[in-house]
Amino acid sequence: MMADNKEHGPEIDDVSGVETTGHSWDGIKELNNPLPRWWLWTFYATIAWALVYTVLYPAWPMISSSTGGMLGWSSRASLAQDVDAAKAAQSVFLDKLATTDVADIQSDAELSQFAIAGGSAAFKVNCVQCHGSGATGSPGYPNLNDDDWIWGGTVEEIHATIQHGIRYASDDDTRVSDMPAYGADEILSKEEISDVAWYVRKISGQEFDAASADRGQVTFEENCAACHGDGGEGLRELGGPRLADSIWLYGGEHADIVAQVTKPKQGVMPAWGARLGEATVKQLAVYIHSLGGGE
Amino acid sequence: MKYLPEAVVVLLAAFVAFLAAAFSQDSLFQQHIGIVSAVLLLGSLLLFRRVRFASAGAEVAEDTSGYMDGVIRYGAIATAFWGVVGFLVGVIVAAQLAFPDLNIEPWLNFGRTRPLHTSAVIFAFGGNALIATSFYVVQRTSRARLFGGNLAWFVFWGYQLFIIMAATGYLLGITQGREYAEPEWYVDLWITIVWVAYLLVFLGTIVKRRESHIYVANWFFLSFIVTIAMLHLVNNMAIPVSFLGVKSYSAFAGVQDALTQWWYGHNAVGFFLTAGFLGMMYYFVPKQAERPVYSYRLSIVHFWGLIFLYIWAGPHHLHYTALPDWAQTLGMVFSIMLWMPSWGGMINGLMTLSGAWDKLRTDPVLRMMVIAVAFYGMSTFEGPMMSIKAVNSLSHYTDWTIGHVHSGALGWNGMISFGALYYLVPKLWNRQRLYSLRLVNWHFWLATLGIVVYAATMWVAGIQQGLMWREYDAQGYLVYSFAESIAAMFPYYVLRMTGGLLFLTGSLIMAYNLYRTIRGDLREEVPMGAEAPAMQLAE
Repeated sequence: MMADNKEHGPEIDDVSGVETTGHSWDGIKELNNPLPRWWLWTFYATIAWALVYTVLYPAWPMISSSTGGMLGWSSRASLAQDVDAAKAAQSVFLDKLATTDVADIQSDAELSQFAIAGGSAAFKVNCVQCHGSGATGSPGYPNLNDDDWIWGGTVEEIHATIQHGIRYASDDDTRVSDMPAYGADEILSKEEISDVAWYVRKISGQEFDAASADRGQVTFEENCAACHGDGGEGLRELGGPRLADSIWLYGGEHADIVAQVTKPKQGVMPAWGARLGEATVKQLAVYIHSLGGGE
Repeated sequence: MKYLPEAVVVLLAAFVAFLAAAFSQDSLFQQHIGIVSAVLLLGSLLLFRRVRFASAGAEVAEDTSGYMDGVIRYGAIATAFWGVVGFLVGVIVAAQLAFPDLNIEPWLNFGRTRPLHTSAVIFAFGGNALIATSFYVVQRTSRARLFGGNLAWFVFWGYQLFIIMAATGYLLGITQGREYAEPEWYVDLWITIVWVAYLLVFLGTIVKRRESHIYVANWFFLSFIVTIAMLHLVNNMAIPVSFLGVKSYSAFAGVQDALTQWWYGHNAVGFFLTAGFLGMMYYFVPKQAERPVYSYRLSIVHFWGLIFLYIWAGPHHLHYTALPDWAQTLGMVFSIMLWMPSWGGMINGLMTLSGAWDKLRTDPVLRMMVIAVAFYGMSTFEGPMMSIKAVNSLSHYTDWTIGHVHSGALGWNGMISFGALYYLVPKLWNRQRLYSLRLVNWHFWLATLGIVVYAATMWVAGIQQGLMWREYDAQGYLVYSFAESIAAMFPYYVLRMTGGLLFLTGSLIMAYNLYRTIRGDLREEVPMGAEAPAMQLAE
């Protein structure tokens, strides 16, 4: 099998009539066809185009910088230009937004529409991670479409919440509510907590154990009513959530309520004011307010 | 004891690995090296017992040809095996993207299965295909037996050990976070040794050749081996935290690191998946078509064009990043200039069929090779196009890139490797022909359909993603959130998985066909191109 294949001189391939190069490797020969013209000219054209492009745009590295290109283009300048143009297009509304009090934005139809569009865009970038794409929330993160507001649902109150955050340590004006850990700190016994949970189920219109709930009512009035209201209707000034409804942040099952009373989870929202700027926070407030639950 | 020295060396290596595991600095290193030790122990036991895998060559008389074909037989089996594994993991990864619940923590989450898939198809399937075919081609076209005796076996088994080390490392969560070069420093060192041995075997065979000229396929194979060695060494320069721990720190930082990674990443595509497979193409297409290569001159010009231009094109992966403008410009213009040198290979492949086009009707193996070259041409046009900054601003970071990669990987690398396997297996085992050409035809259509579904779906998905990300409303605000663009991808991701399933099914048919061929079975069937009797209309 490894017998020498003699190298022959050029021969003519019968099928194509083209000369071969005369070599043969394991029976493979090569035709002596020229480079296809269209191929060669396209190759030249791409090289010419490349050279022209590198003259026009930053391209060739020198000692400490590069050639700048005859067009004077740079990606930084181009981006800055785009951003300036976008800002200029919005400047009329942005200026107006800056000088208008957040409560008055909605009385100007055009400005209100602009604020909702901007708020919606900012929400998609900054808020959906916790509150969800449709602002429907998830366990621990409030739904923003309903009218069950922990800290108030007027546009000013929503604005203040976004601006300063909730339990956000580095903002002095942040909203703070601190429910005691009734179980973990042994303020109430396990039985008392269970009873009070049954009472919370009663006032929220769910199935409950009557005897336990009656005992729980006493405990509730002594320990919980100060923040959550006598009938569990909530107290926004203190951030005490409304309990007498079917909307739950951490779940409405008996076990969920017991867990929350025993050792409360206390969510944190960042203060967005410094990070997003006044205009965007105003837009977000108007947008959230427009979702359906605004007061 | 035929393999006594080998068995003792492997046993010693297993013991050293065991010691390394015992004194390791972290639990991951302990687990990983422990696995390596177990694998080596198993290997030495097999050697001591001289286990011979009957299907892999026992029935074939040794050395009738004077060529060293045993290692190539193992290589052909490994190629088919790792191919099926890699495609299967691909389908799993695609399913995980469509249905995130399939991310099984911690070993089978997407972050670990994704490199498992890419490495399995590129390095396990593609690498074995390249090693096996290059060993076959270099012997035939140099009329010389492989240089270095059993060194070729070391290359084969050493490479399989590398694959196992890489794969188990990914699943354990060991990664240096460099795309297509995820294995940590100690695996990098091992593959370096294996690769140098590979270079020695290949180059040594060329040096002792009995042909005056080096055949074009061998230029491509050699450029692939040499360049991959260089890329691997530079990209993986790192300092280990401990010699008995997994973690290492790269020698590069910041944008230099990013550029090094894409200099490597792009040229892994250029030299592993392009140059290496062109070597395969330059032997198997003229062989299967039984026609001379179209143009010797074109092969020279496009070879040097490709080698010179490819190496500069990497920065196009970093358009619109912190990479300086001048580097982005050069990355782009070199990619554009690369178009014709890439197409030179396509022209030489396709035009080699002039005078033999009729064979496509009856020879599904040749058809497989031709569609591979067609997909090669398509993706080497698409690549330069996507490197243009204006196009890239839409396509970058989208699934369009994934579609582009797969039309190249499935269409070009996959199909040409399948064609080579179908050519090689009957020859390596001295079989009259393949078990069934009809099954090859099934494989051809399933794979082609799978690629088309995959690539077309990803084009549409990618362009939609790109458009959603840049959509502004009349007030100048972004319309979609990122999460909304992900939600919109769901139907495409399911379709993509379907395309992958078709491709996987085709590869399983191939595995069966090759298995029956190796066993020496011949399926009785109507020859391709002939009318099936049942199809004839009754009078």
